[in-house]
Amino acid sequence: MNNVWNADRANTIIGQFRTVRGGLLPALHALQHHFGYVDDAAIPLLADAFNQTGADIYGVLTYYHDFKRARPGRHTIKVCRAEACQSMGSEQLLDDIKKRLNVDVGGKTLDGEFSLEQVFCLGNCALPPSIMMDETLHGRITIDQVESLCRKVRS
Amino acid sequence: MNAITIYVPIDSAARSVGADDVAEVIQTEAAKRGIEIKLVRNGTRGMLWLEPLVEVATPAGRIAYGPVTVNDVAGLFKADFLKGSPHHLSRGLTDQIPWLKSQERLTFARLGITDPLNPDDYVAHGGLAGLIKALPLSPAAIVAEVAESGLRGRGGAGFPAGIKWKTVHDAVADEKFVCCNADEGDSGTFADRMVMEDDPFMLIEGMTIAAIATGATQGYIYVRSEYPQAKLHLEKAIAIALDHKWLGDNILGSGHRFHLDVRVGAGAYVCGEETAMLESLEGKRGIVRDKPPIPALVGLWGKPTLVNNVLTLASVPVILAKGAAFYKNYGVGKSLGTQAFQLAGNIKQGGLVEKSFGVSLDELINGYGGGTHTGRPIRAVQVGGPLGSYVPAHQLTIAADYETLTSIGAIMGHGGIVVFDDTVDMARQAHFAMEFCAEESCGKCTPCRIGSTRGVEVMNHIIAGTKVPENLKLLDELCEIMATGSLCAMGGLTPLPVRSAMTHFPEDFHKHPPATQRVA
Ligand SMILES: Cc1cc2nc3c(=O)[nH]c(=O)nc-3n(C[C@H](O)[C@H](O)[C@H](O)COP(=O)(O)O)c2cc1C
Ligand code: SF4
Ligand code: FES
Repeated sequence: MNNVWNADRANTIIGQFRTVRGGLLPALHALQHHFGYVDDAAIPLLADAFNQTGADIYGVLTYYHDFKRARPGRHTIKVCRAEACQSMGSEQLLDDIKKRLNVDVGGKTLDGEFSLEQVFCLGNCALPPSIMMDETLHGRITIDQVESLCRKVRS
Repeated sequence: MNAITIYVPIDSAARSVGADDVAEVIQTEAAKRGIEIKLVRNGTRGMLWLEPLVEVATPAGRIAYGPVTVNDVAGLFKADFLKGSPHHLSRGLTDQIPWLKSQERLTFARLGITDPLNPDDYVAHGGLAGLIKALPLSPAAIVAEVAESGLRGRGGAGFPAGIKWKTVHDAVADEKFVCCNADEGDSGTFADRMVMEDDPFMLIEGMTIAAIATGATQGYIYVRSEYPQAKLHLEKAIAIALDHKWLGDNILGSGHRFHLDVRVGAGAYVCGEETAMLESLEGKRGIVRDKPPIPALVGLWGKPTLVNNVLTLASVPVILAKGAAFYKNYGVGKSLGTQAFQLAGNIKQGGLVEKSFGVSLDELINGYGGGTHTGRPIRAVQVGGPLGSYVPAHQLTIAADYETLTSIGAIMGHGGIVVFDDTVDMARQAHFAMEFCAEESCGKCTPCRIGSTRGVEVMNHIIAGTKVPENLKLLDELCEIMATGSLCAMGGLTPLPVRSAMTHFPEDFHKHPPATQRVA
C-alpha cells in the first residue's frame, strides 16, 4: 500500500495480468493496491501490455469511481450516503466528519493521514449509519466513534 | 471434559458492531479461567439487531446471547453461560427465537449454523445434495427442473430463470459462460453479501449446476469492491472446492468441467446492469450495451452467457435437492418460492427474513422489524432499492410479491426494504434519487445523463422554494422523458422514487425554507 511510484515494479504487477482475459481491471486494482493510486505513468505501460491505446486505458481508469489518480491519505474513510444510512442520519454524520477532520469528500487531510470518500451502500443497511475505514466496516457509528477510530489508526 | 463450542459470527455486519473484539475477549476470559473452549466463527443468523450474537452449544441445543459487547463477557462467564444459564442477554434456544423460527429458510437453511469455510460443515448440513442430484441428469432435465420450480431472477427484473437457462442451453458455441451478478448495489440489500460471506459453497454449488445445465465451462463472480470479505471468502471457498473436486476438470468424477474466478468491480452502480457488468468483466468501461442481442446468446466476449444474481443461483441447490414441486409450494401466483427480504434503515429489528412471497409489508416491517429504531412513527418505506418507489405507511398492508407490488406502482427489486420515520424530508429523498442517477449514470443516453443532472437542479429550486409549481411541472416532464427514453432501468426507473415521493408526500415539496434532515 502507498508505495512510491516505480515503473519496474508497475511493469511486474501488470505482467501478471497480461494474459488474463479481461485483465485490465484486475491490473488496475493491483496497481492501486500496491501504490495506493494509479499513476498516469502507468497508462502507457498498460496500453502496451493490453495492446490498447493510451486513450482506451485512460477511458477505463477514469470511468470507475474506485480508481484514484493521485496519492490518497494513509487511511481512507468511506462514508455511506445511501438511503438506509440516510434514514439514520448519515448526511449529518458526513457533515460532522468533514468539519471535525477539516476535509471535503474526495480530499485528504492536511497531514495526509485521511482521505474522505462517499460511497453508496456498504451492505450493512440493517445497522446504519455505516462507514468503512480502510477495509473494515463499522456499523451504528457515531461521530465520536469515528473520531476515536481515527485516533486509534493514527497511533 | 470436552471443550465447549462457542459461536461468534464472522459476517462483516456482525464484525461492524464488534464481533471480533467479543471473540477475542471470550478467548482471553476462558483462558484466564482455565476453561477449554472451541471458538467457531460462524456466519450470521441474519438477526442483525442482535449482533454480535454469541451462541453456546449445550446438550439442549445452541443458546443465544445478544447483542454482546466486550463489557458483557466477564458477566456471561460469571452467569455460567457456558451451560446456557440465564442472563439478561439470553435469548434462549436460537432455533426457537420466534423471529427466526417463523421464517422459511430454504435458501438460507444453513445461514449462521455453519462455519462458512468448513466443507465438512457444508456437507453435514445438506450442502452438495443439489449437485449430487443434478449430476446423473441430462442438462435439459436440469433446466426443466429449474423452469418447473418457477424460480425468477432475484436481481431485480424477476425474469424466469428457466427460460434464460434454456436459451443458453440451446445456444451452440465453442465456449459458454456463467456469470454471477454479485454487484449488489441497492441500498437496503445485503443478502448476496451474506451468501458469499456466510455460505459461499452454496453459490459455488449453484453455479456449478448452472454450468452443467447450460454447457458452460468457465464462470465469473463479479463482486462489488465494497465487499472485501465476500471476495476473500469466495476465493478461499473456491480453492477448497477445487481441492474437493466440487469444481475443476472432473467434478465429483462426473467428467464435467467448470472453473470459477472472482472479479472485483470498481465502484460503479451501473455495473450491476448485466451488460455493463459484462463490459466491465471484459476490462472495459462499464457502459450498458444495446439489446438485442441478449447476453444469453451474445454475452461475455460474444459467447452465450448465463447471467444470474447471487440469490437466483443460490436457490438452485435446494431446488435440485428437494425438487421443483417442493419449492413452488411456497409463494403465491407467479411469485413462487421464497424471497430474502432485507429489513433495513430506521428499523428496530433489522436483518434477513426469508419468507414466501406474499407476506405483507406490514408483517415484515412491524412484525419482524418491530417498527422504527428511533421509536417514531413510520412515514415512508422504500422497497426494491434506490430505483424503487417510496411506499407510504398506509399502504403497508399490501402483499410483497412481484404482481401486487407492481399493481401499486412499486417494485420488488432485490428485496430490500428501507424504513424512514416521520422526520424524513421526501423532497430531499427525491433530490437524492436524481443525484444518485446523475452520479451513477453510464452516460450512454441523454435522458438519463442530462435528465438526472437537470433533475438535481430542479429539486434544488424546489427545496429552496423557488417557483415551486413551475419546477414541479418541469420535474414531472423530466421524469416522463427519463422513464420513456432511457435504455436501461437506471434512467428508466429513477422517476419511481421521485414521482412516488411527489404523489404521496406533496406537502414536502411545498415547504420553504426546507426542513433539515434529522440528526440521529
Ligand atoms: C442500474 C442497474 C443496476 C443493477 N444492479 C444489479 C445488481 O447489483 N445485481 C443484480 O443481480 N442485478 C442487477 N441488475 C439487474 C441485472 O441487469 C440483471 O437483470 C440480473 O443480473 C439478471 O439476473 P437474475 O435474472 O438472476 O435476476 C441491475 C440492473 C440495472 C438496470
Ligand atoms: S439509462 Fe442511464 S445508465 Fe442506462 S444506458 Fe442509459 S445512460 Fe446508461
Ligand atoms: S445504505 Fe449504507 S450500508 Fe447500505
